[in-house]
Amino acid sequence: MSTTNVSARSPRTLAEKVWDNHLVTKGEGGAPDLIYIDLHLVHEVTSPQAFDGLRMAGRPVRRPDLTIATEDHNTPTLAIDKPIVDLTSRTQIDTLRKNAQEFGIRLHSLGDVEQGIVHVVGPQLGLTMPGITVVCGDSHTSTHGAFGAMAIGIGTSEVEHVLATQTLPLKPFKTMAITVEGELRPGVSSKDIILAVIAKIGTGGGQGYVLEYRGSAIRALSMEGRMTICNMSIEAGARAGMVAPDETTYAYLKGRPHAPQGQDWDDAVAYWNTLATDDDAVFDAEVYLDANELEPFVTWGTNPGQGVSLSGAIPDPGGIVDANERSAAERALEYMDLEAGTRMKDIAVDAVFMGSCTNSRIEDLRAFAAVIKGHKKAEGVRVMVVPGSARVRIEAEAEGLDKIITEFGAEWRFAGCSMCLGMNPDQLAPGERCASTSNRNFEGRQGKGGRTHLVSPVVAAATAIRGTLSSPWDLENTPDGQTTPDGQTTTDAKVSA
Amino acid sequence: MEKISTLTGIGVPMRRSNVDTDQIIPAVFLRRVSKTGYDDALFYAWRQDPDFVLNQEPYKAGKILVAGSDFGIGSSREHAVWALRDYGFTAVLSPRFGDIFRGNSGKAGLLAGQITDEDAEKLWAAIEANPGIDATIDLVARTARVGELTVPFEIDDYTRWRLLEGLDDIGLTLRDEERISEFEARRESWRPKTLPVKTQ
Ligand code: SF4
Repeated sequence: MSTTNVSARSPRTLAEKVWDNHLVTKGEGGAPDLIYIDLHLVHEVTSPQAFDGLRMAGRPVRRPDLTIATEDHNTPTLAIDKPIVDLTSRTQIDTLRKNAQEFGIRLHSLGDVEQGIVHVVGPQLGLTMPGITVVCGDSHTSTHGAFGAMAIGIGTSEVEHVLATQTLPLKPFKTMAITVEGELRPGVSSKDIILAVIAKIGTGGGQGYVLEYRGSAIRALSMEGRMTICNMSIEAGARAGMVAPDETTYAYLKGRPHAPQGQDWDDAVAYWNTLATDDDAVFDAEVYLDANELEPFVTWGTNPGQGVSLSGAIPDPGGIVDANERSAAERALEYMDLEAGTRMKDIAVDAVFMGSCTNSRIEDLRAFAAVIKGHKKAEGVRVMVVPGSARVRIEAEAEGLDKIITEFGAEWRFAGCSMCLGMNPDQLAPGERCASTSNRNFEGRQGKGGRTHLVSPVVAAATAIRGTLSSPWDLENTPDGQTTPDGQTTTDAKVSA
Repeated sequence: MEKISTLTGIGVPMRRSNVDTDQIIPAVFLRRVSKTGYDDALFYAWRQDPDFVLNQEPYKAGKILVAGSDFGIGSSREHAVWALRDYGFTAVLSPRFGDIFRGNSGKAGLLAGQITDEDAEKLWAAIEANPGIDATIDLVARTARVGELTVPFEIDDYTRWRLLEGLDDIGLTLRDEERISEFEARRESWRPKTLPVKTQ
């Protein structure tokens, strides 16, 4: 972001305001700025080597009271009361527990009511709030930008740096406005917005930028929907994604365990109300998207930018001008075992994964359940539903969603990252094809040789019913019989998520 | 960290773009808690294919990787840098890097230099014309040389300086400890605190 305009009077973007507010020292002569970190989220995979580094240098954790850890990436989602079978995995979890104890860090372990995917837990506890800086040794930290926070994914060396100093040397970013105007049609959700954005700007299109999502379609989204969008900013190569805070943000936050209270709340809201991008502020780049035109979106290739509308077909790599992109597309089709011209809706899947920090919050589960209710899953398709946190699981069960899910024939698991990255036993078998609500369709991401199509929760649901990539528009016996833009009928699954 | 100024070794042409960190090191290898010993995990899936570039003599002993655009996108796993380093790579050149990967490289002593698409093509051609030829990276001059071909690469001044001097980032920041304490003294009380623990 351009920090050339640091004077309080010059118009600034949301990102610039949050940045300026956390400046400890301004970098000179090409050196980065030193930025204060308000909240540091820690998990088992990217932290052991960081704690080792502290130990070796004899350094303490500077602010345990701004740090919180959870176990998520490598935890089982079945039999969580039993010792973890894989010894290396167990050691990694034990290492986090030992480190948390030694350095005085709050940890929510497997079995704890607040355990879950780190990006679900932070917002749920009310720790994620507008105008703060958040880091985590995980690229999807961008999720927290949905609150108007500057949230950045970092590597292990940087984790150690933040543990030791509560700051991070960071280069200024450029800013990009992504304006989405209009109204989403039923069956189209925030996941479709972000998949369309990435297909438009490419996996490297956001590189060096902080993205700000704006416009009426973004304002109309729930916090869950905004989190889904900000979550995938990293898939466009961006360092962070943000949405300016508004009444939706405050309503979500108010009353959560760690949200400010009393005078603090009033002070905070007064400050948060100043964060929105100034009318005359200038972005370094701007992108527009028409929400009215959007259809359910799905990926066909092996990076999140390789996507099309679900009603479309796989593009012909021969038509791609850029030689690099063309060969990437050819490789992707070979890996995915697909041919150009195939209609997306003709693609049959072996598995459906409903989960991950992109789409595993209560609203996502509700949207999924609303579509599958009263149906049975397609024969031979494995359907796995993994809530984002133990709290989400409890909430879902209180609403009876677990019943709908198990009666449908799907597996109802315990919280964690699960098949989003296939680090624990939840993996695709070689050659298996999966419709997944997660965020990465990289080769082997969900298990060696596995093939991933990224989709929204309602598309995952309709696909699980039909066994082929489908939207709720494709379902028969639709409860409300509404006619959709492609001439079919909808279910009552009107999702704003 | 060791000081770096010139790096020399066998150049490896990797004609692929969008090499994400899941390809550099798959998640199953992230269960370990060590910072070394990841050489076997590097490009694990691709190395099952006999045609993969690192399975070809003389590239097996490669030290300088010349990759396509968007190298190191995706997951923040620093294990990707550790795996490249453990395998023997000292530098990666690409027309564009994933931001987090590039940051991680700088911290872990792997040189990540940005080149143009045209120069990537030229370097690939120069290496492929003479497999096993050394590539030489001059960090002071910011150039990469293969035989007669010399191309410039970009690396930001600060990272370059740190690599040249072998400086530890945390040590550098702690020189500003007083400024950090001053900043902390002015932080508002509404900002989040994880302790004491509160739950619903
Ligand atoms: S759910 Fe997937 S993307 Fe999200 S934090 Fe876990 S592994 Fe990363």
